[in-house]
Amino acid sequence: MTISIDPQDSNTKSLQPKGWLRYFSFSLDHKVIGIQYLVCGFLFYLIGGTLASAIRIELASPMSDFMPRDVYNQVLTLHGTIMIFLWIVPVVNGAFGNYLIPFYVGARDMAFPRLNAVAFWLIPPSGLMLVASYFVEGAAQAGWTAYPPLSITTPQSGQIIWIMSVLLLGGSSIFGGINFIATIIKLRRPGLKLMQLPMYCWAMLGTSLLVVLSTPVLAGTLILLSFDIVAHTGFFNPVLGGNVVVYQHLFWFYSHPAVYIMVLPAFGLVSEILPVHSRKPLFGYTTMVFSIMGIVVLGLVVWAHHMFTSGTPPWMRLFFTIATAFIAVPTGIKFFNWVATLWGGKISINSAMLFSCGFIINFVFGGITGVALAQVPFDIHVHDTYFVVAHFHYIVYGGTVFIIFSSIYHWFPKVTGKLMSEKLGILHFAITFVGFNLCFAPQHWLGLNGMPRRVAEYDPQFQFVNQISSVGALLMAISTIPFLINIFLSIKNGSDSGDNPWNALTPEWLTSSPPPVENWEGEAPLVEEPYGYGKTKTKEN
Amino acid sequence: MTTLDSSKEIKKDESKASEHHEDFRMFGLITFLIADGMTFAGFFAAYLTYKAVNPLPDGAIYELELPIPTLNTILLLVSSATFHKAGKALMKNKNSDTQKWLIVTALLGITFLICQLFEYFNLPFGLTDNLFASTFYALTGFHGLHVTLGTIMILIISWQTRLKEGRITNQNMFPLEAVELYWHFVDGIWVILFIILYLL
Amino acid sequence: MLNKNFYLILITSAVFGISFWIGFNINLLPAEASINAPIYDELFKILFIIGLIIFIGMTIAVIYSLFKFRKRKDQYGDGVALEGNLTLEIVWTIIPSIIVLIIGLYSYNIYDRMGGMKELNHSHEMMTSNTEKIWAGISQASNNEVASNNLSVEVSAMQFAFLFNYPKGEFISGELHVPVDRKVSMKMESKDVIHAFWVPEFRIKQDIIPGQPTILNFTPTKVGKYPIICAELCGPYHGGMRASIIVEEESDYKDWFNKNTKTEVSL
Ligand code: HEA
Ligand code: HEA
Ligand code: CUA
Ligand SMILES: [Cu+2]
Repeated sequence: MTISIDPQDSNTKSLQPKGWLRYFSFSLDHKVIGIQYLVCGFLFYLIGGTLASAIRIELASPMSDFMPRDVYNQVLTLHGTIMIFLWIVPVVNGAFGNYLIPFYVGARDMAFPRLNAVAFWLIPPSGLMLVASYFVEGAAQAGWTAYPPLSITTPQSGQIIWIMSVLLLGGSSIFGGINFIATIIKLRRPGLKLMQLPMYCWAMLGTSLLVVLSTPVLAGTLILLSFDIVAHTGFFNPVLGGNVVVYQHLFWFYSHPAVYIMVLPAFGLVSEILPVHSRKPLFGYTTMVFSIMGIVVLGLVVWAHHMFTSGTPPWMRLFFTIATAFIAVPTGIKFFNWVATLWGGKISINSAMLFSCGFIINFVFGGITGVALAQVPFDIHVHDTYFVVAHFHYIVYGGTVFIIFSSIYHWFPKVTGKLMSEKLGILHFAITFVGFNLCFAPQHWLGLNGMPRRVAEYDPQFQFVNQISSVGALLMAISTIPFLINIFLSIKNGSDSGDNPWNALTPEWLTSSPPPVENWEGEAPLVEEPYGYGKTKTKEN
Repeated sequence: MTTLDSSKEIKKDESKASEHHEDFRMFGLITFLIADGMTFAGFFAAYLTYKAVNPLPDGAIYELELPIPTLNTILLLVSSATFHKAGKALMKNKNSDTQKWLIVTALLGITFLICQLFEYFNLPFGLTDNLFASTFYALTGFHGLHVTLGTIMILIISWQTRLKEGRITNQNMFPLEAVELYWHFVDGIWVILFIILYLL
Repeated sequence: MLNKNFYLILITSAVFGISFWIGFNINLLPAEASINAPIYDELFKILFIIGLIIFIGMTIAVIYSLFKFRKRKDQYGDGVALEGNLTLEIVWTIIPSIIVLIIGLYSYNIYDRMGGMKELNHSHEMMTSNTEKIWAGISQASNNEVASNNLSVEVSAMQFAFLFNYPKGEFISGELHVPVDRKVSMKMESKDVIHAFWVPEFRIKQDIIPGQPTILNFTPTKVGKYPIICAELCGPYHGGMRASIIVEEESDYKDWFNKNTKTEVSL
């Protein structure tokens, strides 16, 4: 609690290192922290992706021949954990949130800069700890869901390290959430009304509410789980009279909202990108705000749809079916509004735009399989099969990761003052889009026809389809190459972008690119219409 | 990027912002306490579920005596009042009174912890005996951890309220107010805990 | 104007047509071998068609916008400043709500027909320990038939095998043999970690949970041998945790049963 009391933030700030070095320092500048989150997250993405490649290599043949079976379980556990807690969550929340939110509310920094830096610096050590646990006694191998009693009975050091690392990452995300809520509600520049904020602020407000309300429950649950492992209590240990299903309820009470923590910020980002590149106002601002809040509320009461085949009585299965399916309504509103934003615009077909449109298409697909999964009788057949794996990769990869790439193309000029190569960008999009669909579309069929998830070996009849999927994964791995080349080339000798290459109206573009340390040379501009394309020019004070 | 002359302007701006500073720090703290409360909510939910669906095996003992926890409830409620007094005194610029009241509060907190430990040692069951026992210790222990932290913070701020050199004054009440809010929160959690664990 | 509407109608009917065609002609599911399976496939077909309509529709809308409204070389400036349209927004709130509601009611109906809404404890009268709490599962699809005609099996799962206990015959088997067209009523419990009982051809699945007995009822309709797959991560050999269910004619089943029974019991 005492962390944020120090009033002298602005003085210490001038003592911060400059240039490249500042990205390795305990910087308090929200822009530096944002980039730290992004780069750190991307490195973990490469690790998680390497693990995914290992999974796909193993699954290219029906036998368990590429790695031992328990190592396979460790690999898929680490893959899931790293991708969620060290890539998606830190990047869509931490990276873009820290970079953009202070601009959007017209502030010079986040509400609690020190807490902010602490939140970031919790991530690298816990991530490294997690990866390093592989070399101790083997990493955790109970899946990212860590269901007991399996997680109690597998080798303990890996599981304990997993718990500690997830606890720290959860702490980091709670600190981040508190910071975002305080910044958006309390730090708005005078005169800026809530309903004038860019949509990403609303998305982050909703996300942070979910973080603050649900992450602590996960923390409590994992503490109980670690007691079961270390102190031999019996909360989730049936041998000692415990109840394993209680864990599942508590876990999914966090982890279902967590999927919206992974996707709501992406909804916000796409709402920023589409209007700029189609030169039209965001369609239906008010309904967009309400649909975000609707998703937040509904998101808190649907968790048991992950437990339809578990120890849940009939009435519970049915209640959660209806509640879950209704999330399609607020989500649908957003998608229709985005298409309406495109409609009648003057669309520049560039990398950012393509990735955003790819996102819409992929997410609708993943969302529809989600609504199908929400129906108990449907889910009973496909639960814990590759159908589920396909569903959520369509959303987390086809949705969120696409938007992360889109956002990088969109805000790269902001951060560096340089333009990225569109040719390489479009190549990156093409390979990613094809590879992604090739990898995950066939998995629906696998699931429906009898291939369970989390297995290192499978019926030979599934080999061909699995190989198609592996080829898709290979393409996805290849697609990172043009992207990385693009980044490095553009940083080194990209052409000058000017301050506002897209002619955007949102506040972050109304300062120089890259922005000065305190964001604005003078007072922050009052942007009343962040999406006023085709209307008047922005009113600047 | 920052030129020297613009940094001056920023200074001015910062000082303007710090007028509202108090305000959003408190807001942040409240958000944090909501999060913290959710952890307890999770524990309570687990406890109530266990109670509803996992009956203890025959012969499991979980008798709880009421005297000590009742005393503890009173201790905490009184300590909330004394903390309030401390705040009032600081507002009137009576730092030494503040300090006194804070020390009384801390002593009440310490007494609470001692009573709690005393109860632990006299209970007929241990941490791993059965589900009820484990949940009981987890809940009271997690709460006790909060009381311990709170007591330490109270001692720190009572040190910082000392007359001349102290950081906490009439002008800078935030640390005191923050700890006070936290203390009331811990107190409130205890009341819920007492009702759910001992009375239900 | 007429022209525009004409194209709209044309495209809409094309989308519907294609979706229905795919829905009815492309089968993505394995063989149907229990009375649950056709019910399930009916639901699947409906969800598949609705899903396709929405997906194809949205995809066309996005790709069309990208083409139609792309910025040409000589174009400058912004698009129309259209900030919203209340009627439209209400329409696309209400239509999905209705679709979702209908899907929900329909899947309630399906689930009921599968026996999912029946009370759990009553469906298991045959079990010796019918006072025990049953935590979850799928009950019988109908209780018209006499309970005693059910085949009761007790399933226990452990790392990494299923064991099937035939209480009437007092023997334990590693393969599940069941007669065709007769209700099978299983009580399942795990000895260590969570497992799951899944037969893709039957479209049924239920977790097998330590400390919490669950039930699963089904009626096989097709003679054959089908895999029983463990569908819940249960350790390194989770992928190898399989058994077979052999659905056979009543007489074959009786032979098998009698061969295994220690004491001759008539069925
Ligand atoms: C970012 C992540 C994310 C998001 C946003 C979602 C979104 C949704 N998810 Fe998904 N889900 C996951 C990530 C995500 N999911 C993960 C990781 C798992 C597996 C966890 C594990 O077990 O490891 C999972 C598993 C999962 C299950 C459990 C499956 C199982 O294990 O058996 C279910 C079941 O209900 C489900 C449902 C849904 C639904 C209904 C939505 C909805 O929010 C989708 C709503 C969107 C749309 C519907 C599309 C747009 C809408 C329209 C165009 C309007 C018109 C549409 C209709 C009328 C239908 N998901
Ligand atoms: C949240 C985000 C996320 C993302 C982005 C991904 C991305 C990918 N996932 Fe993952 N996945 C999960 C979340 C995610 N996944 C989760 C939560 C699970 C469940 C875990 C569980 O069951 O517990 C899962 C499970 C899962 C499975 C199922 C495993 C099983 O059940 O047995 C599979 C199988 O195909 C898979 C594949 C992939 C692939 C091919 C990618 C690809 O998109 C990855 C593409 C990226 C790359 C290929 C990186 C490229 C870079 C290199 C190769 C560079 C080389 C290295 C250096 C320079 C250092 N994933
Ligand atoms: Cu048993 Cu998986
Ligand atoms: Cu979910």
